[in-house]
Amino acid sequence: MISLNNVHKSYATGSNSLHVLKGIDLEIKQGEFVSIMGSSGSGKSTLLNILGILDNYDDGSYYLNGKLVKDMSEKQAAKLRNELVGFVFQSFNLISFKNAMENVALPLYYQGVNRKKRNKIALEYLDKLGLLPWAEHMPNELSGGQKQRVAIARSLISQPKIIFADEPTGALDTSTSYEVMEILKNINNEGITVILVTHEHDIAAMTQKIIRLKDGKIAEIIKNGDLKHFQEQYTKALETA
Amino acid sequence: MFDIDKWQEILSTIKKNKMRTFLTGFSVAWGIFMLMILLGAGNGLSNGVSENFKRDAINAMWLWSGKTSIPYQGMKEGRQIRLTNNDYDIIKDLPGIEYTSGRYYIGGNTFSYGNEYGEYTAITCHPDLKEVESIEIIKGRFVNEVDLKQTRKSVVLGKDIYDALFKDKEAIGEYVRINNIPFKVVGICMEGGGTRHRNAYIPVSTGQKVFNGSNRLHNFALTVDAKTIEESQVIETRVRERLARKHKFDSTDESALGSYNKLEDVIETMKIFQAIKIFIWIIGIGTLIAGVVGVSNIMLIVVKERTKEIGIRKAIGASPASVVGLILLESILITTIAGYIGLVLGTGLMEGVNFFVEQQYAASAATNGGNGDTLFRNPTVNLNVAMAATMLLVFAGTLAGFIPAKRASRIKPIEALRDE
Repeated sequence: MISLNNVHKSYATGSNSLHVLKGIDLEIKQGEFVSIMGSSGSGKSTLLNILGILDNYDDGSYYLNGKLVKDMSEKQAAKLRNELVGFVFQSFNLISFKNAMENVALPLYYQGVNRKKRNKIALEYLDKLGLLPWAEHMPNELSGGQKQRVAIARSLISQPKIIFADEPTGALDTSTSYEVMEILKNINNEGITVILVTHEHDIAAMTQKIIRLKDGKIAEIIKNGDLKHFQEQYTKALETA
Repeated sequence: MFDIDKWQEILSTIKKNKMRTFLTGFSVAWGIFMLMILLGAGNGLSNGVSENFKRDAINAMWLWSGKTSIPYQGMKEGRQIRLTNNDYDIIKDLPGIEYTSGRYYIGGNTFSYGNEYGEYTAITCHPDLKEVESIEIIKGRFVNEVDLKQTRKSVVLGKDIYDALFKDKEAIGEYVRINNIPFKVVGICMEGGGTRHRNAYIPVSTGQKVFNGSNRLHNFALTVDAKTIEESQVIETRVRERLARKHKFDSTDESALGSYNKLEDVIETMKIFQAIKIFIWIIGIGTLIAGVVGVSNIMLIVVKERTKEIGIRKAIGASPASVVGLILLESILITTIAGYIGLVLGTGLMEGVNFFVEQQYAASAATNGGNGDTLFRNPTVNLNVAMAATMLLVFAGTLAGFIPAKRASRIKPIEALRDE
């Protein structure tokens, strides 16, 4: 599904460049539930953006669904994003002048689905996430958790193969965070690959695989079996703190 | 372009961003509105003034005699120049002269008919005066050659005189007494473009005979066959030189022979109006540029403001072209509609002013016997100019939106998303 080979990425900040990703090798299979962890500046968001074709990389290769993603035109990238990928952001990124239903329906607009049909489908997805009564509400009339659920509904409506979530719980309180994670888990159970970036251990512990980044490199990958061990380690760390 | 869904998307965006829509629209509508007013006012002024010029033939020229002020060929200054019928014959046949009429002044003109009487001016003339002073005949005829040859006591009354002496009675064939001498009314007339019609016209030969003028003439009114100031000046000089030779005075002596060349005046005035028109156009273009800058500014801000939205749209699969299209079609829609509104308002206002002016004109015409007086008429704008100006603004708005929209569509969605 996803295959990264020695991917490098640097940002030009003024006169000097910042080398963010220093050779990432990564394989993610269909249906996995993966979290990317790391301290700030470790390059986790950059990695997610590259995976989601929101950003390009300098060196190496990236195959998405068997297709090389490199030097793509904006148009091709947009098409690929629309068909394959759904995004969930920390700051929700809903369009402020559109109501919940219209926000959810927007990806279908870019697939050429007519208004009536896409609004109907949007209502179905909102219903799935328990937001049907809020379908006509504007984003500023919704709580953080509701906004994130609208954003998740929007990411799902195009029936993507992968959901990328950049700190999906970063702006939410703990109980709402767990609700959102529950939803993502359910999505994953339907066979959709979910990749999320987080710096919260408890959130990461709910996934099946944790990729830990350090200084632009993969420091360790904790697999399903070791998760229990990770959880124990994490609680211990909490106790000492 | 005619994708209903796309237009629905644009309309819903416009509806939910009223302030932005208003600001964009306002600068366009205002620019067009001001342009309409400026051009309309300029046109109105120049129409009004050219209307006033119709009073006399624009190529008219007047000559009158006086006393010499420059010694000439051993003769002292202060010598009275006396023009005669002989001079009329000379001037008439000079090249470049179209119509000629001589006039002998008669003093103290009391007009009476029955019990009605009044002081008016009796102008003695040749038939050609009708052409020179653009006299309009309402009834009957003007002075003709037969009147002149037979020194008939015929008179053509100005409308004001007719109104005063005859009220609404039939006047043709009646006898009016001028300085107690009966004249037969042969016509009623109005002065072209004028507001008062207090002159009566009698044959010059009759005037000379009845009022003891022998063959004397006081002035000449003529029209010249000239298109430019230079041409008319050549003819003026020719006439002056010819008369100077005959009467032995310096041809540059303005006091011996006064002359007024209307074409010179008309052309000078028209030049001023040309200049005013150019000036108005410069201001108009300035207004347009201000509108263009305003629209461009707003489009820049709009695109900046929408950067995040563009990022979101791109993240969920919008192609760059669809992003540019969305922004541009919105701006075209707004500027076109706003331009049209400005056009309608501007034209409407000018039509309103026109209605008011015409009413005033009609009112002044009613009190002045059919001829109004105004400096301002028909202040309307050529529709093509208006349309072109609107299109220019729409185009400028589009271009101004296109550049930042294109740039916004090129930036990576992640950068647009980061933009707060």
